[in-house]
Amino acid sequence: MGYKAKFRVWRGEGGEGQLEDFTVEVNEGEVVLDVIHRLQATQVPDLAVRWNCKAGKCGSCSMEINGRPRLGCMTRMSTFEETETITVTPMRTFPVIKDLVCDVSFNYQKAREIPSFTPPKDVKPGEYRMQQIDVERSQEFRKCIECFMCNNVCHVIRDHDENKPAFAGPRFLMRIAELDMHPYDELDRKESAQEEHGLGYCNITKCCTEVCPEHIKITDNALIPMKERVVDRKYDPLVWLGSKIFKRSGV
Amino acid sequence: MERHEYDVVVIGAGGAGLRAAIEARQQGKRTAIICKSLFGKAHTVMAEGGAAAAMGNVNSDDNWMVHFRDTMRGGKFLNNWRMAELHAKEAPDRVWELEEWGALFDRTKDGKISQRNFGGHEYPRLAHVGDRTGLELIRTLQQRVVALQQEDEREHGDPEAFIKVFAECTITRLLKDGDAIAGAFGYWRETGDFIVFDAPAVVLATGGIGKSYVVTSNSWEYTGDGHALAVLAGAKLINMEFIQFHPTGMVWPPSVRGILVTESVRGDGGVLRNSEGRRFMFDYVPDVFKDKYATTEEEGDRWYTDQANNRRPPELLPRDEVARAINSEVKAGRGSPQGGVFLDVSSRLPAAEIIKRLPSMHHQFKELADVDITQEPMQVGPTCHYIMGGVEVEADTGAASVPGLFAAGEVSGGMHGSNRLGGNSLSDLLVFGRRAGLGASAYVDGLATRPSAADVTDAKAEAVAPLERTGGENPYEVHHELQRTMNDLVGIIRKAGEISEALQVVEKLKERSKNTGSSGSRVYNPGWHLAIDLRNMLLVSECVARAALLREESRGGHTRDDFPVMSADWRQKLLVCSAAPDGSGVTVEEKVQPSMRGDLISLFERSELEKYLTEDELAEYDAAVKES
Repeated sequence: MGYKAKFRVWRGEGGEGQLEDFTVEVNEGEVVLDVIHRLQATQVPDLAVRWNCKAGKCGSCSMEINGRPRLGCMTRMSTFEETETITVTPMRTFPVIKDLVCDVSFNYQKAREIPSFTPPKDVKPGEYRMQQIDVERSQEFRKCIECFMCNNVCHVIRDHDENKPAFAGPRFLMRIAELDMHPYDELDRKESAQEEHGLGYCNITKCCTEVCPEHIKITDNALIPMKERVVDRKYDPLVWLGSKIFKRSGV
Repeated sequence: MERHEYDVVVIGAGGAGLRAAIEARQQGKRTAIICKSLFGKAHTVMAEGGAAAAMGNVNSDDNWMVHFRDTMRGGKFLNNWRMAELHAKEAPDRVWELEEWGALFDRTKDGKISQRNFGGHEYPRLAHVGDRTGLELIRTLQQRVVALQQEDEREHGDPEAFIKVFAECTITRLLKDGDAIAGAFGYWRETGDFIVFDAPAVVLATGGIGKSYVVTSNSWEYTGDGHALAVLAGAKLINMEFIQFHPTGMVWPPSVRGILVTESVRGDGGVLRNSEGRRFMFDYVPDVFKDKYATTEEEGDRWYTDQANNRRPPELLPRDEVARAINSEVKAGRGSPQGGVFLDVSSRLPAAEIIKRLPSMHHQFKELADVDITQEPMQVGPTCHYIMGGVEVEADTGAASVPGLFAAGEVSGGMHGSNRLGGNSLSDLLVFGRRAGLGASAYVDGLATRPSAADVTDAKAEAVAPLERTGGENPYEVHHELQRTMNDLVGIIRKAGEISEALQVVEKLKERSKNTGSSGSRVYNPGWHLAIDLRNMLLVSECVARAALLREESRGGHTRDDFPVMSADWRQKLLVCSAAPDGSGVTVEEKVQPSMRGDLISLFERSELEKYLTEDELAEYDAAVKES
C-alpha cells in the first residue's frame, strides 16, 4: 500500500534558507500534512509547521504545494503521481519565521483597522429578528477560516510589499462586505472601503476565489457587489441624496 | 527576560478563554490572553452542532428547568447541580449577547435564532450555523475582542492598553507567592524566548486532554496543559475518570481516524446501521431511558415531524450510550468493512437538504475519504472527544482551591457529571467563561496588596532542559506510546488489570520523558515543544488511570467491564486528584457530593430518581417535596 515519496521542503529561518530533499513513506489515504508530520517524527524533529484541527476547519496549515496555496490537511497524496517530487514552501506574501511558518501579523493588523459591527443602540439582546434569506449573504463570508491564502495569492501584495499599508486584502475587504450586508449594521462602509482599505486596487482576477478552501465566492459575492455599492454611491446623485434623507432602519 | 504586569491573565483563547477575557476587560481589568496557536484557531472551531440554550424559539415548552433536567440525566446525576442550574438559566442570555456582537445564527421563519435537535435534549435547543457553529462562536468572540481594542485605541491611544493577545505562546508553570497565584511563566513558540506574567489572577481555559489518545477528535493543543498546571500549583482535579468518546468519528482513511462527524447528522435524521442493515440502537436503550425513546423505527421516524405524540429515536441517546453500542456491534462482528458502523443520511434527506444542513460534513467526507454522503453511508466509530473531569471550582465564580486561580470550559470539572450532552459545551464555555472573568475581577478588587513577583529560576531550567540534552530520546516516540497505552488500556471499556498495566507503562514513560531531547534551535521547534508538553500529558493520564481504577462502577464516560452496573453509593462520591509540585505522588481521594437543593430535586419524578439515588437520598427527596 505504502510507497516512498520524494519531498522537497523549504527549510530555514532568519531570512535565509533553501529547499531540502527528503524521501519519506506515504500510506493510503494520507494528506500532505501527514507526510510533513512523519518527517518531523522520523527525520527532522524541529521542522516547523502550523496546524491544529487537521480537518480543514481552522485554517492553520496554509502552505504552497507545488507552487499553489493549499491547506496541507486537505491535500490528498493521491492527487499526485507516486514518482512526482512534491515541493512544499511557506506562503510567499508573508515573512518567513521558520520553515513553513510565516509571520501573518499583517492580517491581524488589518482586522483591527476595519470598524466593528455597529448595531442600533435600541435593539436589546434577544430582540434581533432577521430572515434566513437576509443573513445568508453575510453567512457565506463568515464561513471564512482565516487561512489567509486569499491574501497570500493576491497579486496586489504578493510581490508588492509597498501596497500592503493601503490594501486590506480580499479577506478583509470581504469582512467589510459582510458587515455592509449585515441586516443590523448601521455604519456606512462604502467610502472607507474605497478610500482607506484599498478596494480600488482589486481588479477582479478572482485568484482569491480560486484558492479559497471554503469555496467562498469572494470576488463575485463580496468584492464586486461592494465595488458596485461604492460606484452607486459615488456617481448616483439620487442614491446619494436618499442616503442623506432616509436613515437606514437597520431592519 | 520579557516581563509583563496584568490584573488577569487568561490562559487559552478558545470560547471559554475569550469570554473570560472579554468579561475581565469589561470589568476594567488589564487582561492578557495567552494562546498556544494563532488568535482564532482554538479547538472551539471544531464544535459543529451548536450551543444549547433553552430559548424556546422552536418549541415554546422549553425552559431552563427542562434543560437542567436533561443535563443532569445526561451526566447520570453526578453533575455539580449548581453549575447545571446556572448553565441552564444563563445560556440564553449568553447566546443572545453574541448577536449583539455580530454573530449570525440560522433563523426560524419568524426571524428568531433557529434551534436544532440533539442527543439527550428533550426539545430542539441548539442555536447553530449549519454545522460550523464553533467557528461562528470563536470568530464572534475574536471580533468582540477586536472591538474592545478599537474602543481602547479611541480612548487611550493604544489598542492593547487593556486587552492584549499573546499568540503562539505556551505557559509551562503557574507562579505563586506563598499560597496564592502570582503569575505565569512560559515561552514564545516563535523565538523560544521566555516570558513572565506577573498577575494576581489566572484563568485557565486550556480545553482538554485528547492528545493522550491515538484516536481522538482533538487537535495538537489538547495536551492537558491547564489540568497539569493546576495540579502542579496545588489545585485539585475531579471526575478525571470520565472521558467522552464521541460515538461518531471518521474511521477511514487511517490518517483521519478520529476526526469528528457531528451529532447533527443524527439530529437531522441520520440513522446508524450495522453490517446486517439493522438499526441496532433499538437494542441498546438502557432501563433508565426506556420510557423516553421510541421502540419502533416508525415511531422514531414520526418524531422528527411530530414530537408531541412520539418518542425520539434511540440514535439520539446521550453520547456514552451510543458509543458503547457501536463498540459492542463492532466487537460482535457486525461492523463495517473499515471497523466502524454505518451512519446514513443519504436515504433520509434529499441531497440538496443534506448539503444545506451539513455542508462541512459533506465537504470533509468528499475531500478526505472520497465519500459522497448524499449518495452513500459514512463509516463511523467512537473517538476520544471530551473530558468531563477537570479543575475543581466554585460553581458561581470558577474559583479553584488555590487563591487567584480560576478555570472555565473543558478544563474545569463538575458541570457535566459523568457525561456531557452535545451542545452543552459551547453554552458551558460562554456561561462559565463569563463567570470566571467576573470571579477573577472580583478577586483582584478584593486584594489589599498584589502578590510579589515570583522567582522563575526553576521554571526556566525545567523548560530549557530538553534542548540541553544531546542524544536524548525522541519525544514523538514517547508520545506515541502513551497514546497507544491510554487508547488500548484506559479507553472506552476498562478493566482493573488493564488499567494497572497502563499505570505501570505511564510510570516507565515518565522516566523516559525525563530523557527526551530535541535537536535544533529554540526558534519554532516542535520537537522541543512536544518534549515540554509530555510532562502534562503524562501527569493527566496518570490522574485519569488512577481515578478509573478506583471507581468500581459504570457510569457515563467510565465503563468498567468488571463492574458493569451503576451504583447509587458511587453517585455520591467524587474522586479528587492532587499531586506534589514536581508532579510526583499523584493521590486520589474520595469526597462526598453535597445533596441537590430541594427546589431542584423536586423538578424530577420520584420514579426517575429511584434509578439513581440511595434510600437515604430518596427520603430527603420525599421531605423536600412535602415542604414545597
